[in-house]
This record gives sequence, C-alpha cells and structure tokens, in this order.
Amino acid sequence: MRGVRIEPAGVAAVAGEVNSSMLSVSIRKAFPSTARNSAAFALDVSAEFPAGVTVLFGPSGAGKSTVLDCIAGLQRPDAGLIRLDDAILFDGAQRKSLRPAERKIAYVFQTLALFPHLTVEENVAYGLHVLPRAEQASRVESGLKAFGVEGLRGRKPAQISGGEKQRVALARSLVTQPRALLLDEPLTGLDTGLKSAIMEDLRAWNQANGIPIVYVTHTHDEVLSLGERVVGMEAGRVIQTGTPREILGAPRTRLLADAAGYENFLEAVVIERRPEDGVMRVQLRGKRMELEVPIMEGERGDQVGIAIHAGDVLVANEEPRGLSARNVLAGRIVSIEARGYAAELKIEAGVQMVAHVTPGAVRALGLETGKPVWTVIKTHSCHLVKV
Amino acid sequence: MNAEPLLLSFRLAAIVSLLLLLIGMPLAYWLAFSKWRGKFLLEAVVALPLVLPPTVLGFYALGALGPRGFLGRMSQALFGHALAFTFGGLVIASIFYSLPFAVQPLVAAFESLDRRLLDASAVLGAGRTRTFLRVIVPLAWPGLVTAVVLSFAHTLGEFGVVLMVGGNLPGITRTVSIDIYDRVQALDYAGAQAMSLLLLAISFAVLCVVYGLNRRVWRPWLAK
Repeated sequence: MRGVRIEPAGVAAVAGEVNSSMLSVSIRKAFPSTARNSAAFALDVSAEFPAGVTVLFGPSGAGKSTVLDCIAGLQRPDAGLIRLDDAILFDGAQRKSLRPAERKIAYVFQTLALFPHLTVEENVAYGLHVLPRAEQASRVESGLKAFGVEGLRGRKPAQISGGEKQRVALARSLVTQPRALLLDEPLTGLDTGLKSAIMEDLRAWNQANGIPIVYVTHTHDEVLSLGERVVGMEAGRVIQTGTPREILGAPRTRLLADAAGYENFLEAVVIERRPEDGVMRVQLRGKRMELEVPIMEGERGDQVGIAIHAGDVLVANEEPRGLSARNVLAGRIVSIEARGYAAELKIEAGVQMVAHVTPGAVRALGLETGKPVWTVIKTHSCHLVKV
Repeated sequence: MNAEPLLLSFRLAAIVSLLLLLIGMPLAYWLAFSKWRGKFLLEAVVALPLVLPPTVLGFYALGALGPRGFLGRMSQALFGHALAFTFGGLVIASIFYSLPFAVQPLVAAFESLDRRLLDASAVLGAGRTRTFLRVIVPLAWPGLVTAVVLSFAHTLGEFGVVLMVGGNLPGITRTVSIDIYDRVQALDYAGAQAMSLLLLAISFAVLCVVYGLNRRVWRPWLAK
C-alpha cells in the first residue's frame, strides 16, 4: 500500500470530530415525460451517508447519478433538504440552493471529465485557484504523490492510461479538501487489482479526513469489495440499506436481485407455510413444480420471487437419493458455454435454470447438450424477493 | 487601382467581426445552454439574414438608422446626426447582416463541448467567468476563429445592405462591392475585373483557413 498523506492544515484541530461527518439527503424530483424520454420518472430519496464509503447500488436507470448531481448542485430537486454536517446545501422549503462552487463537494464523474487541454498538473491545480501560490504548489505536489501520478505531471489526459486518468481525477478532486466525495462508477473498466489498489489509496487518504464518500455502482462485485454500507436504489427510490452482505444476500426486489448478480429468478405462489420447520412450500407460477424455501412473513397465496445464484445450483447425472437438499428438479441440458473458469449450463427443467459448474465436473459427469440431468437446490440457496 | 474602397471594406469587416465576436459569445452561450422552450424564436431571428434579401434587411435598417428611426434618433440626440449614410450606420447594419455567420459556428462549438467538463469546472469551485475563460474558450477556439473569419468574409462581400444604408460616398460608405458595381456601370471592366479577382482570392483564402483549422485542431484529441 502506498503511503498517502495530504495533510490539511486543520486536521489536527478537528481530529476529535473526524468521524462525525454526515451527509443527509432527502429529496424529490419529478422528470415529466418528454418527446425524447417517453416515461415519466420520479426521484424520491432519503438516505444518510456517514463518514466512510457508502455504496449507492442499483440497476441502470435507478436514478443514482441524479442523486449525485443533486448533492453536487448540478441538478436542482423540486423539494427536500440536503445537509452536510451543519451546512444546508439545499432547502426546498426556504428556496435555498448553494451553487456547486460553494458546496465544497468533490465529484468524480463516470467519464472523469479531465480537461483535455490542460496537463495532469494543471488539472490537479484547477480547483485551487483561490489559494496562495505556495499553498497551491504544495497541495498539487502531495495530491500527485498520494495517487502515484507525480511522474505524469507534464502529460495531457490523452497521453495517459485509463487507470492513470482515474488517479488524476481523484487527485484533482481531493486536493480541494472537500467535505464529501461523490464517485460515479469512476473505476468502471479497470481490472480488479488496479481497482482495489486505487480504493486502498482512497481509504488511506480518508483515514485522516473522515469525510462521507458516496460510491455509485451497478456491479455487484464492487459492492462487496468497496463498501462498508450499501444503499440499494431502484426506480428512483431507496429500497434497502444495510451491509454489502445483507443487500447481496437478500435483495428485496427483482431488479436489485438482478443487479446483485443472481442468475436465476423464479416467480412463485406460497401454497403451504410450516413455521415450525422454518420453511414454506411454493409453487412456480404457471407450473406444477414446487419448491421448499425459507419462510418469510405473509400468508398462503402470496406472490414471491426466488433468486438463486447459478453457483448454488447443483447438477446430477442420475436421480439423487438420500440428500438433505429438498428441491430436486428433473430436466435436460439446453446449452453449455464456457464462462471464465466455469461452465454455464442452461437446463430446461420445466423452468429454465442456469447452473455454474467447473469444467472438471462437465467432463466427470459427461455433461453435454440434450443430456437428461437433475438440478438440486438447497432450501437456503433460495433467496426470497418481493415481487 | 484605387485602394480606398478596399481599405474601407477591410476596416468595416474588421470592426464588425470583432464586435460580433463580443456580442456573439454571450448570445451563443445562451443559445447553446439555455433550456428555455421558446429558444427557437431567437434562433430563427438570428438566422433570418441568411434567407432575407439584403435589400429587405437594408430597407428596415435604413428606417431604423434614419432621422426618424429609433437608432437614428438616439444618435441624433447623442452625436447630432442620424446614422443613415454614415460609417457607423454601416457597422450597425452589417452586425445584423453577418450575425448568423458569427453566432452559428459559436453555438456549434459550444454545443459540442462535453457538458461534464463544465460541470467539473463548477464543482471544482469555478464561477461562470472562470469556466468560460479556462474551459470553454480554449476548447472552443476553432469555433471562435471560424466565427470571426466567416463574419469578416461575409461583411467584406456585402452589397445590398450597404447600398440601402450607406449609399455610395467615397471613403465613407463606398465599399469594394459597391466600387465594383460602379465600375461596371461606368464600363470600366478592367478595374472591376481586378477588384473582383482580389475579392475572390481573399474569400477563397479565408475559407481555406476556416476549413483547414477545423480539421487540424480537432485531430489530436480525436485520435487518442
């Protein structure tokens, strides 16, 4: 890990309250349907972002970037309140809205938006124009060092790599010593190693600063690796908040389940509840097949969605007996496709199921297209989702 | 060859194109970034000189600049004379005449800017002026040059408006195109020929600059 040190003048003075920072957002904004975008859209979001990294997670079109734009002051909500510590950034009731330049919030866009006509050094210095020259120079210096781009200072953005651009964009934002940082999928397209190296630098930087960092993403592996807290959004609303494991392990809606990377999603109706066993039986919608799933609140006749990871679907080439797993569906392999180190099987078992197995298993079981197989799903691999 | 009309035309074109840059930048900025629905009205007004016969434009300009016109009366009160048949009147009329040639390249240049760059500038604490000077102008400068050069060339070649508003006063309003017309009327074909050729050469050179510039300048950023 690189040693990161951007020493703001006031750090020692505020060290006691370093972790008390809080960004709270409660906003509404309506987007009426237009010729270009026929569907009307309404944003209605309440969320709190304490110091540290909070992932704002949800499918594309959930309104995540709009939330960031509203926090930064680039879009104006119709109503609501945005506060950062004691400062009111936006107050719909008072018709008060600080200009983006006054909010002391840094924002790294998905496109990064480095100024193409300025060098790396000039980009990093861009937000420091109000400071005395000596202070500018020292902040630029420590910013370039903190993100390991001091060797690129004379280059133009077109002359550096994607990962370097992302580092420069972070440095440019953080040298202004913002009171909150907004990141809109800034690491998209980087490989995992590079991504976590950059996040390490960012975390290290924030150890000293303790500001709220809002990280927008729609990819589930970033949720697990980056966030301390997750706010799950869908269709303009906050659906769920919790730890990464809570959200990814038990997404509350179909779209969040998709975004969380569940390959299988089945719709079903509750036909029998057995609270004493902690399970209930459901029948797949429009089919005769039944599954045993963990119990959840509700009653007989409720509609539920069942999300299942492809990796949790077991495949057998003869009918299994004496298993603890309760759900066994007979079917036939429709296709086999290589997916990185796994093979992805599509199995027609009354419903289409996706299963991930190792290439070794494909060979050992003699799996091939058209072969009859049995899919096995443990009760607790079935994650119930509201529909 | 009498150089006076040529110099006069150059002086007029230079003054008009610089004034148009100053007027055109805020106007184009507004046209490019405003979300007002009635924006098309102003766009149509700006484009009007493209389709209007210069005599029509000249006719209205004459009315406005003359002793009974709005601008004429204002000038009368300030300077003691109306604007019709003066160099100043010619400048004002030419500004309207060449307006689309300045504004449209500017709007195109501003609209092609990545909005997120302007957002980034705002988030990094820059006000509108700083964003304009540090981001918009450096990135849109081929558009700025195009606007100046096109309005210069267009003003250089104007005839109908000058004839209506300025008449044919040597040294004051007799521009190159009027001079050429004059010479043809007087059967001085050799003189008209020389002037025409010169104007042709200048116009061609100017357009070469514009097209060449717009290619070359964008290439380094597009290539990488």
